[in-house]
Amino acid sequence: MNNVRVLVGTRKGAFVLSSDGKRDRWDVSGPHFAGWEIYHVKGSPADPNRLYASQSSGWFGQLIQRSNDGGKTWAPVGNQFTYDGVPGTHQWYDGTAHPWEFKRVWHLEPSLTDPETVYAGVEDAALFRSTDGGQTWGELSGLRGHGSGPHWQPGAGGMCLHTIVLDPSDPQRIFIAISAAGAFRSDDAGKTWRPINKGLKSEGIPDPAAEVGHCVHRIAMHPSRPGVLFMQKHWDIMRSDDSGDSWREVSGNLPTDFGFPIDIHAHEPETIYVVPIKSDSEHYPPEGKLRVYRSRTGGDEWEALTNGLPQSNCYVNVLRDAMAVDSLESCGVYFGTTGGQVYASRDAGDTWAPIVRDLPAVLSVEVQTLP
Amino acid sequence: MIRVQLPAHLRTLAGVKGEVMLDVQGQITQRSILDALEACYPMLRGTIRDHVTQQRRPYVRFFACEQDLSHDSPDAPLPEEVATAREPFLVIGAMAGG
Repeated sequence: MNNVRVLVGTRKGAFVLSSDGKRDRWDVSGPHFAGWEIYHVKGSPADPNRLYASQSSGWFGQLIQRSNDGGKTWAPVGNQFTYDGVPGTHQWYDGTAHPWEFKRVWHLEPSLTDPETVYAGVEDAALFRSTDGGQTWGELSGLRGHGSGPHWQPGAGGMCLHTIVLDPSDPQRIFIAISAAGAFRSDDAGKTWRPINKGLKSEGIPDPAAEVGHCVHRIAMHPSRPGVLFMQKHWDIMRSDDSGDSWREVSGNLPTDFGFPIDIHAHEPETIYVVPIKSDSEHYPPEGKLRVYRSRTGGDEWEALTNGLPQSNCYVNVLRDAMAVDSLESCGVYFGTTGGQVYASRDAGDTWAPIVRDLPAVLSVEVQTLP
Repeated sequence: MIRVQLPAHLRTLAGVKGEVMLDVQGQITQRSILDALEACYPMLRGTIRDHVTQQRRPYVRFFACEQDLSHDSPDAPLPEEVATAREPFLVIGAMAGG
């Protein structure tokens, strides 16, 4: 029988939640790196026991931790993230030019094929890659050097590169997203990039249909259909059927189309999940009811999933990296909240139960389905 | 030998308990102590001072002999009490935030 390992990053440490394929009893290990912010923990698809974790603090900066035994033990690896050349400037909140400054690693994306290769999305927005298991990092500076770079501006959470999607059918193709610059694609393994934001419309920027400047919150791809992308934008759920060349809105009947995470059923590429949040200032579920919304039609038509989720007085948020799915026969869906709960569904979202209720605020959730 | 006290999070990271004893060559300064510290404990690189600029991180402070030496030149000689190990060199995580 398969096992499942849920990797949880929180404001005050990392937790590893483990279960067998029944997913009804969980072992909780942690906090690892107690007291540190763990923005993201992710395992290598090529070697599930190889994990990478982004560990940071306002006092002591950024560390990268690596495990070779599925999270039982960890060791720090390289933490030097130096921008290529003269870093230049981007726009600050007030529109003035602001020097690029490294702050933290938001997202770690291990290679699909090589456990030693891992990508890091950082704030201020840039993409780094390590090919030696995290010991050394080099910037893929063609992204930041894209002509639009000086016009990028931070979102409320900082100017972060938070999403990295690797195309399983084409090792040259990488998608990334930046708040608040938008989505970009490379077709040459990260050397050069182009914005892929055609069809996005964002109020609050001078040109709502600008080439860059959109606050993309998250992008998801099903590995069996890499040309189809789903996006949770600041407002709007978007879909692309041409690898990001164009997008159309599929928010449909959602109660609000603001939110952070978006994910896809492991076996049904047209089944997608979002967690609508009331607005960009309130950052909690509408009516105090925590509802995951599922579309089985690739967007436009959505149903609320509420069974087992609090339906009164719930004012938590679910952050962009805090939802994931397993690949068991009955697809499991998982998400973590800023209130410290990690909820799991063993039946593709029909019913939910908390694995843990009282962790620190959850920043990220990743799931590994183990043999 | 030079005595160095690290904040709890950095002791955990370095895998040490209590004070760290360092063999520091030449003049005893912030820079020579941190060079020796990072040579012995490479996992501390970047946590106290920047990798490239070597500037002290904003929420890290250096104390010794009941003085805040954080704003002194990193190449200024430290008090004799530190150089002779009668007093430790303290690396402090500033009290701030949650």
